[in-house]
Amino acid sequence: MSNIAKAFANGKAFIPFVTCGDPDLETTGKIVREMVKNGADLVELGIPFSDPTAEGVVIQDANIRALKNKITTDDVFNFVKELRKDVTVPMVFMTYANVVYSYGIEKFVKTCSEIGIDGMILPDVPFEEKDEFAPTCRKYGLDFISMIAPTSEQRTEMIAKEAEGFLYIVSSLGVTGVRSEIKTDIASITETVRKYTKVPCAIGFGISTPEQAKKMSAVADGVIVGSAIVKQIAEHGRDSAQVIGGYVKSMKAAEVQ
Amino acid sequence: MSKGRFGQHGGQYIPETLMNAVIELEEAYNRYKDDPQFNAELTELFNDYAGRPSRLYYAEKLTKALGGAKIYLKREDLNHTGSHKINNVLGQALLAKKMGKTRLIAETGAGQHGVATATAAALMGMECVVFMGEEDTKRQALNVYRMRLLGSEVIPVTSGTATLKDAVSATFREWTSRIADTHYCLGSVMGPHPFPTIVRDFQSVISREIKQQMLEKEGRLPDVVMACVGGGSNAMGSFYNFINDKSVRLIGCEAAGRGIDTFETAATINTGKLGIFHGMKSYFCQDEYGQIAPVYSISAGLDYPGIGPEHANLHDTGRAEYVPVTDDEAVNAFEFLSKTEGIIPAIESAHAVAHAMKIAPEMDKDKIIVITISGRGDKDCAAIARYRGENIYE
Repeated sequence: MSNIAKAFANGKAFIPFVTCGDPDLETTGKIVREMVKNGADLVELGIPFSDPTAEGVVIQDANIRALKNKITTDDVFNFVKELRKDVTVPMVFMTYANVVYSYGIEKFVKTCSEIGIDGMILPDVPFEEKDEFAPTCRKYGLDFISMIAPTSEQRTEMIAKEAEGFLYIVSSLGVTGVRSEIKTDIASITETVRKYTKVPCAIGFGISTPEQAKKMSAVADGVIVGSAIVKQIAEHGRDSAQVIGGYVKSMKAAEVQ
Repeated sequence: MSKGRFGQHGGQYIPETLMNAVIELEEAYNRYKDDPQFNAELTELFNDYAGRPSRLYYAEKLTKALGGAKIYLKREDLNHTGSHKINNVLGQALLAKKMGKTRLIAETGAGQHGVATATAAALMGMECVVFMGEEDTKRQALNVYRMRLLGSEVIPVTSGTATLKDAVSATFREWTSRIADTHYCLGSVMGPHPFPTIVRDFQSVISREIKQQMLEKEGRLPDVVMACVGGGSNAMGSFYNFINDKSVRLIGCEAAGRGIDTFETAATINTGKLGIFHGMKSYFCQDEYGQIAPVYSISAGLDYPGIGPEHANLHDTGRAEYVPVTDDEAVNAFEFLSKTEGIIPAIESAHAVAHAMKIAPEMDKDKIIVITISGRGDKDCAAIARYRGENIYE
């Protein structure tokens, strides 16, 4: 069992996202610990990128805030190394292809495995390009996490068949960001996925309220929340850990177990 | 290796949400590119609407002033809307229409591609939204008015450096949220496959014509073909039909801004390194951690941190050379061509003229250079006047 599978072993998983270094790494550390204490089963850590093309304004701004602090990939690695001393839940990196590529794919993935990162999400690397990254991940014991979108249709089968860790089901068209309503028929997507793989499905993009967490967790194995958390960091800055802890608790409690 | 590769460059590095859209586009393009009906319609648009073929003009006064190689100008500035951008846009708009799309979205830097897209949308009765960096909407205010006059919506992009790269990112984001009725009319030989190929094919009319016109006028091929390069569409169009003619030197002129030894530059081949961005693997101006650099050039159309993947490969194989040209050199060339030939080139195209001014005097008089004048310079007059310290506003 991959470490990531453990996140889905105790009922529906709650997967929060934060951008490392927003507003600084010390605060990111506090937030992650608080989220884990309040029920986060797996944590997605964003490595900031100058031009995050799959993100809406909320996470774009988080990237800008982190980069203004001159946060580098090496800073993030050192931060995770510290974090791993007491945080035991699975953690994955979410960043963009160029951050990994410019560091050197092998060097990047090897470092990930040494500091206790369990997987990698690269939203600008679709199925057709994953062979540049996935075999290296496999070599070092990381899961390369694939995404399925509402537009994937006939592509769902091939993506699901090669899925590792968990499948990131994109709830809606567009970029990341809070949405008042999710119209995609998620149940029919997860139903199709389950024909081809036993890898768990987590739904992300646009989820912010406990009601949505309840609804989405009923048709999937987990729920991913990014922008709704990052928004609270934008608002509360260095004092956001406690607020976010309470929020994570309410979201985890709302999930259908 | 995935689809759409030029050597190690190219590919399709885009979110899963867009994959079926680019696959649909590729299938449609493969269906129509050799379709006689499609090509007849496109040729009619090129000739009767855009004013093709564009002239290949012997610049006798420029030639004499420089005292070396014989210089011809490929006059893409004479096209409808004032630049080469119309070639690609008419092709893509026609293709989008055949695909049943009713809405075009586009990025623009200087505004030339935005104006061309707005023009094609007006002609074909399509809805049009253009994304333009807020900084560029100020530098090129008249083009913003033109696009709105043509019935398009112009959305100023405030994220990042508020220039061309951010406009491209914003247009990709918009496409991700609305695919079914919308075609992304990408303006250069960049982005994910199949865009670099589609745009190059529609722009290759430039080199097809140069070749034919040169054979008619001189009975031989030119020795040098040169053009400015940002993303690289006019250069790719100018080079394409000469790639297999090894005797023809191909030179792309990059915007060096204040110089390639400064941070205020946009010369990708000369200062960038291999990376993955905006859907493609190619060379990009970036820092050691892969953060895309905030590039600079006096020319909004060349102010882009990357270069099309086919150019990156022509550089790798040595088939084409890529040289840096500074703001100062480009402005001098802008003024020089205006005074010697009565032709005001776009500041983008002036980068190619500037390099010709360096190499032509060193070449024998029986050698021939073709410079593609990708656009006209009316749009740049106020900015160049300001560069020279005159307080002129549009």
